[in-house]
Amino acid sequence: MGAGHGHTLHFHGHSPVHRAPAHLKVLALLGFMLVVVATPRDWYAAFAVYLAALIVVVGVSRVPPTYLLKRTVVEVPFVLFAVLLPFVATGPQTEVLGVSVSQHGLEAGIALLVKGTLGVLASLTLAATTEPQDLLVGLERLRLPQQLVQIMAFMVRYLDVVTDEMRRMKVARESRGFSARNPRHWPVLARSAGALFIRSYERGERVHLAMLSRGYTGRMPR
Amino acid sequence: MHVPDGFLDAPTSVATGVVAAAAVGVALVKARKELDDRTAPMAGLVAAFVFAVQMLNFPVGAGTSGHLMGGALAAVLVGPWTGLLCLSVVFIVQCLLFADGGITALGTNITLMGITTVAVGWLVFKGLQLVMPKRLSLTAIQAGIGAFVSVPVASLLFVLLYAAGGTADIPLDTLATAMVGVHVLIGIGEGIITFLAVGAILAVRPDLVYGARPILARRELEIRSTATKTTGASA
Repeated sequence: MGAGHGHTLHFHGHSPVHRAPAHLKVLALLGFMLVVVATPRDWYAAFAVYLAALIVVVGVSRVPPTYLLKRTVVEVPFVLFAVLLPFVATGPQTEVLGVSVSQHGLEAGIALLVKGTLGVLASLTLAATTEPQDLLVGLERLRLPQQLVQIMAFMVRYLDVVTDEMRRMKVARESRGFSARNPRHWPVLARSAGALFIRSYERGERVHLAMLSRGYTGRMPR
Repeated sequence: MHVPDGFLDAPTSVATGVVAAAAVGVALVKARKELDDRTAPMAGLVAAFVFAVQMLNFPVGAGTSGHLMGGALAAVLVGPWTGLLCLSVVFIVQCLLFADGGITALGTNITLMGITTVAVGWLVFKGLQLVMPKRLSLTAIQAGIGAFVSVPVASLLFVLLYAAGGTADIPLDTLATAMVGVHVLIGIGEGIITFLAVGAILAVRPDLVYGARPILARRELEIRSTATKTTGASA
């Protein structure tokens, strides 16, 4: 699949994990994460088992671990929160490296890091091994309302079109010497956002008319 | 900022998931009234717009920048129910295709950043529209105020959820002060940007702004025939 198609996280492959039906993968992710979240925070052995299971799945999928690890940056804001927890939480204090911190906060911070990281890794594995189209079919199998799946299908289909449009506006702004540095530049950016909305909305209207002229009656053909 | 897995305990996550599912179910029915059979393509494109606009960074200064959440903006632009659908779809896609926000926290994320911001933003906008003069130029200001209020309210709801299902015993008043304090600042940014963006759209295509339609409908067609009134102020 060439650049610009699909989505940024998908890693092309033919492993059993790639070929597994998408609805099973979504259910597996949901079940796995519910179990992880419901596990008491001091069952460290259980978390080791979860991590091992995840590593096995990643290994079978043949997605390079570095590919996934690089993309765990989405987690960063909550790592910061987890690091702060021991210092803001109350309860009995303990000493870590000579610093007095809250016992509960420390445990909660570690648990948050562990559970959050497991969640991000598991979600990344799903995203890396599932094509958007397969995912939509899977969600439809899971009895998500048809209308909702259709909206998602249109969003996924036009995501690159709209973000590319925004990128072209950025290139156009910058080629005219604009660079946003402080809130004084917000009006320009907000006008870009406004123009992007008008273009997206009008594109939606054109798409709808094009669909009507091809016989669309409110349901997608099978 | 999306809530990850493990931030709230399982019962709270499931409960917010039920709330989110119910709200999306109602929105699916109600959005048909706002968009009839155009729902799927229009809501899909607007969802893509919301996703894209969340990638647009607004510099705050000193090298940091923030971005729009877009709940109140979407509500004013396409109506609350369609806006709610669009935001929910954005969160589902971000969760499943971009690993942003945990799958067990999906309901929490939709409840906090979708339902709450859309509902609060829209209700404040509508309330102001009722009490303020019916002028098109005020629509953007009302949208901005709605967006500003929606962000701290969402953060307050987060504190309440954390009180019910949080995983660490942070003193609640500390958490509430910190969260609401930070989010008042974020809300100011959200409000100003929503105000500017809605204003920009009103200047070009006021008919596209759902929240401005009652005001546009009150306008009457004026025919100015006399040459002496060429400088008359336009509405």
